[in-house]
Amino acid sequence: MLEIKNLNAGIEDKDILKGIDLKVNAGEVHAIMGPNGSGKSTLSSVIAGKEEYEVNGGDIIFEGESMLELDAEERAHKGVFLSFQYPVEIPGVSVTNFIKTAINETRKAKGLEDMPASDMLKMIREKSELLEIDRKFLSRSLNEGFSGGEKKRNEIFQMAMLEPKLAILDETDSGLDIDALRIVSNGVNKLRSKDNAVVVITHYQRLLEYIVPDFVHVLVDGKIVKSGGKELALELEEKGYDWVKAELTA
Amino acid sequence: MAYTEDDLEKELATKEYKYGFYTDIESETFPVGLNEDIVRAISKKKEEPEWMTEWRIEAFRYWQTLEEPEWANVHYEKPDFQNISYYSAPSKKPKYDSLDEVDPELLDTFKRLGISIDEQKKLAGVAVDVVMDSVSVTTTFKKTLAEKGIIFCSISEAIKEHPELVKKYIGTVVPKKDNFYAALNSAVFSDGSFCYIPKGVRCPMELSTYFRINQAGTGQFERTLVVADEGSYVSYLEGCTAPSRDENQLHAAVVELIALDDAEIKYSTVQNWYPGNDEGKGGVYNFVTKRGLCEKNAKISWTQVETGSAVTWKYPSCVLKGDNSIGEFYSIAVTNNFQQADTGTKMIHLGKNTKSTIISKGISAGQSQNSYRGLVQINSRAENARNFSQCDSLLMGNKCGAHTFPYIEAKNKSAKVEHEATTSKIGEDQIFYCNQRGIDTEKAIALIVNGFSKEVLNKLPMEFAVEAQKLLEISLEGSVG
Repeated sequence: MLEIKNLNAGIEDKDILKGIDLKVNAGEVHAIMGPNGSGKSTLSSVIAGKEEYEVNGGDIIFEGESMLELDAEERAHKGVFLSFQYPVEIPGVSVTNFIKTAINETRKAKGLEDMPASDMLKMIREKSELLEIDRKFLSRSLNEGFSGGEKKRNEIFQMAMLEPKLAILDETDSGLDIDALRIVSNGVNKLRSKDNAVVVITHYQRLLEYIVPDFVHVLVDGKIVKSGGKELALELEEKGYDWVKAELTA
Repeated sequence: MAYTEDDLEKELATKEYKYGFYTDIESETFPVGLNEDIVRAISKKKEEPEWMTEWRIEAFRYWQTLEEPEWANVHYEKPDFQNISYYSAPSKKPKYDSLDEVDPELLDTFKRLGISIDEQKKLAGVAVDVVMDSVSVTTTFKKTLAEKGIIFCSISEAIKEHPELVKKYIGTVVPKKDNFYAALNSAVFSDGSFCYIPKGVRCPMELSTYFRINQAGTGQFERTLVVADEGSYVSYLEGCTAPSRDENQLHAAVVELIALDDAEIKYSTVQNWYPGNDEGKGGVYNFVTKRGLCEKNAKISWTQVETGSAVTWKYPSCVLKGDNSIGEFYSIAVTNNFQQADTGTKMIHLGKNTKSTIISKGISAGQSQNSYRGLVQINSRAENARNFSQCDSLLMGNKCGAHTFPYIEAKNKSAKVEHEATTSKIGEDQIFYCNQRGIDTEKAIALIVNGFSKEVLNKLPMEFAVEAQKLLEISLEGSVG
């Protein structure tokens, strides 16, 4: 589904990603772990197509086609979803209005008519139940005055509504207490299928107890330095990132 | 005083001049320039009674003593008032009994603007009085309104048909000596609308007027007078569009609202005059005086969506004269490219327990300058007056400006005045967030702007709100900073 080849990227002359290789197949869950400043969030932004990042080499291939020339919204239309570490506020725009616009713009890009209002309502009802979301929440302004947990739950709700092929969860566990973490993780797990893939970006192993990955990659200084199964996450938790770094220099 | 030969000669000379002049005014557009003869000619052309002519002359004489105001936060090349034609009528017949008689080109223009009169006629609850270059072309739904005793016609017609009402109310809220532009308008106003709602009548439909500037080089001076008698209610819509034009055009309208005891007037405007091109060339100068008077328990709401004009100078205001009266002002002002707007309101609290609310949303893009200027005045006898003001500014890019000038004068200790102001910027992060959800940048901006403006859009009647949303999108196209 997703293949990243020797990706080099940075911002304003500063190299951040220095040759990333990653292959994600449908049905798989990959975790990318790494210390602060290793380039985890840059990787998710570059995959999603954030303009301020320069790609200096390599390629990002999604379903057989390079995405480098595509705008962020075109990547979204192809089925790439990024759950933001810091979701932004849009005052005066309700969660419902926002997701309705997102769905209909995506449908328009595919040459489809707007989703009928009744279908939209039905879907909203189903997905909000699945994620244990109070529907009153959906009429509030997007992310405005939301708690950390509400913001992340809202991200996963949008993911559920948009039904992406590839979901990248950027530090979804940050700012969550244990109950919120459980609800968000349950949501993600319910949405997993053999047709979609999830990339979980996290600093801590904690989230991976709930969203169990098939593969774990360790990102240090813009490179994936170690890959393994889910047990790698536990080993990292126990020994710390210094262990990987020490191994590298050894 | 003796009548001398000199006097006779003078009189004859004037008469000859007048005669020559009147031959001239048979043409559809007056020659450029402004003097007493032009003012008289306008009045004559409109077949006005003597008192109206004198009223205009008095205004003109006062106007001549005034200087164009410079206190607003706008910079522009001042219009040459002697280089403007003060009257222009559409060719062909000045009055029509049915649409068939209307200039087909005119109807075509309406269609292109998306305001086909045919459709408008069918639209439930909307009566349209179309004003095209100063003369009312067609008035619809008049009969339905007449059954309720409601008068809705052009101001010229009202001067002829209902002189007692016009004479009683015109200039009572915006005196002809009020300010430079109001004095000018009082002298030369060409046409406009008049509306009277009798006692206790609730107007069954939204009254709607579309204004438009059509002929190049013609200033437009509209005069609107709305009188809601005791216990009545009316919702009035005013919408403007203008085609592209190179030279500057002056638009100096006066709108007067009078809400008698227990009456309510809701006045909504969507303004989209030509703003000039993206280099700041051309565009309409919009210098408008709008004011409403509230008697006891009366209420006036101004709602405006301002997207057009090169320069805007406009402060729809409420004089809360009666006890327990209420004034409201809801505004969205968008400026893009080189547009300049200095707009806001004045809430003058005179009566006891008077209340006012001001919600102003300014959106600036390109290299535009957008200023809110508002006065809340609580007079000494206005016990328990309340005001709440909220002024929000949204900036797009780094080259535009947003300014807020709130003035508060409270002369009564029981007054409670609240003012809130915010300034925000459409962030790249917001745009990227929308992009990531499949929403392109233009649509993202429209979404963010609509969210920002929601409190005001919600105050507009439904069909107007839809139009206003479209306008917001159109006026901010290509303004991504």
